[in-house]
Amino acid sequence: MRLLRNLPSYVYLVLALSFIYLPVVVLVLFSFQDGVLPVFPFTGPSLQWYEKMLANERLVESLMNSVVVAILSSIVTTFLGFLAAYGMARRKPRFAGGIRFVLMAPLTVSYLIIAMGMLITLNLIGIPKSLFAVGLGHVVINLPLCFAIIYSQFGDHLRNIDWAARDLGASDAQTLLRVIAPIMKPSLLASFCLSATLSWDEFIIAFLLSRFDVTLPVIIFEMLRAGLTPEVNAAGTMVFAISMLTIGVSAIFVFIAFRGKK
Amino acid sequence: MSDLKGRNKKLKYFEFTRWATQPALIFTLIFFVTPLAIMVVISFWQRVYGKLVASWSGANYIKFFGTDYLLESLTNSIEVTLATTAISILLAYPLAYILAYRISPKWQKVILIFAVLPFWTAYVVRSYSWLLVISENGIINFVLTHLGIIDQPLQMAYTRGATILGFVHFFTMLLTLTIYANLVQIKPSYWKAAEDLGASKLQVFLRITLPLSIPGVAVGAFITFVIAIGDYITPQILGGSTEVLVPQAIMLQVSRAANFPMASVMSITLMLVIVVVYAITAKHLKMNRV
Repeated sequence: MRLLRNLPSYVYLVLALSFIYLPVVVLVLFSFQDGVLPVFPFTGPSLQWYEKMLANERLVESLMNSVVVAILSSIVTTFLGFLAAYGMARRKPRFAGGIRFVLMAPLTVSYLIIAMGMLITLNLIGIPKSLFAVGLGHVVINLPLCFAIIYSQFGDHLRNIDWAARDLGASDAQTLLRVIAPIMKPSLLASFCLSATLSWDEFIIAFLLSRFDVTLPVIIFEMLRAGLTPEVNAAGTMVFAISMLTIGVSAIFVFIAFRGKK
Repeated sequence: MSDLKGRNKKLKYFEFTRWATQPALIFTLIFFVTPLAIMVVISFWQRVYGKLVASWSGANYIKFFGTDYLLESLTNSIEVTLATTAISILLAYPLAYILAYRISPKWQKVILIFAVLPFWTAYVVRSYSWLLVISENGIINFVLTHLGIIDQPLQMAYTRGATILGFVHFFTMLLTLTIYANLVQIKPSYWKAAEDLGASKLQVFLRITLPLSIPGVAVGAFITFVIAIGDYITPQILGGSTEVLVPQAIMLQVSRAANFPMASVMSITLMLVIVVVYAITAKHLKMNRV
């Protein structure tokens, strides 16, 4: 009876999930296509497009670029976010409200506009378009999130631990690196993974701020000009799988961080 | 003496913690605040024979708002974004509601995570994968022609509808998340009390649940609006070039004409639109409740 009453709900749930998963399933399925078009009828499974993808030098190179930018920009972002969160939580600096506003502001501005602004600025001061510029852009967009995640985990209990470390003679750097950082590890790792995932996915900044050393989303965008091919499906499936992996790992860290707090 | 030493140490400590905020602050000032300020300045400069000239005037703004095909990108963008936001809310609300009230607590989180997982598919890939579904030889046309329902494939890709479809897919997931997070915070005692006082199921929903869930809807809708109106990829890949939205217009100014003043005008206009939307939704945006 209850099942019958809830039937419309279950039907809606299934329909909604089908809508959400339809493009993903199609993407993954036709990456194994044994033909030149990623459309019905499905003739696979075949791994030929994965082989072709891995033989595509530009694509593999862009994959490496993406990984490098994601990891390096996330290390910088997490480090800056950690320091800022520590400073804000330990001692309310003057203009604390204003500082927090500035640090969080990039969240409310479209990536496109951030990219445009940086493009014009880097042009003016003479920093050439490069992977380095892309990395700077990714630090800008991810810093607010990392700061917010880490700041939310700075409880009062840490203040006492901090004082204790100092009373026992630890220097600033020792307190920070050997006492506070290990306690904050889950939220540091969570913000690192989240920032890496967002950097890995990011298109418009990478597109506008790079010239030759492009990232994977940019290459996929360029491959699209040739139309639909199973090779793009294969590349897309790989991007999706890696995103899932990093987001899964960061979800675990977020879970640990928040469980530890309450 | 020892007192003095202790105070010194304390002072030094405070110095360091104040210093700790600086790197992030300085970085944001250099690479975020300064570029935006430069953009504002450049939007009042002119481009003469391909070179930037610092002659101040509002000519670029007058040109943008006075030229039909440029202004059209703004109205297109607003229409598409509003349609996206409205449809996404209509699809996400029932989903969030079902998750919160019709699914046993044990399964809620699992299904929720499952339902928003593709949110993290890369932007470019997500738009591309919709092409596989709706393009001329995509899944939908394949099924419909083989069932004999249509003779000619439907033109679904490269239309405004395709852009909205791509957006709705993405933001339904986001809104489900924010609305669900809001719904589970509503105390059951509220609607139990209403039921005891004789309210019907519909009345409980319209007068208790719905009003209390507005913050979740508002936060999701605001984020949807901000991301959708600034997105270049979805309209570029799915919408094609039949009509141009503001992000595409900006990219055209940058890549074809290298007209940074005009691109800046458009970017600033986009930001102003977001500020207006923020002002409208601000009273509902209680971020901490979501």
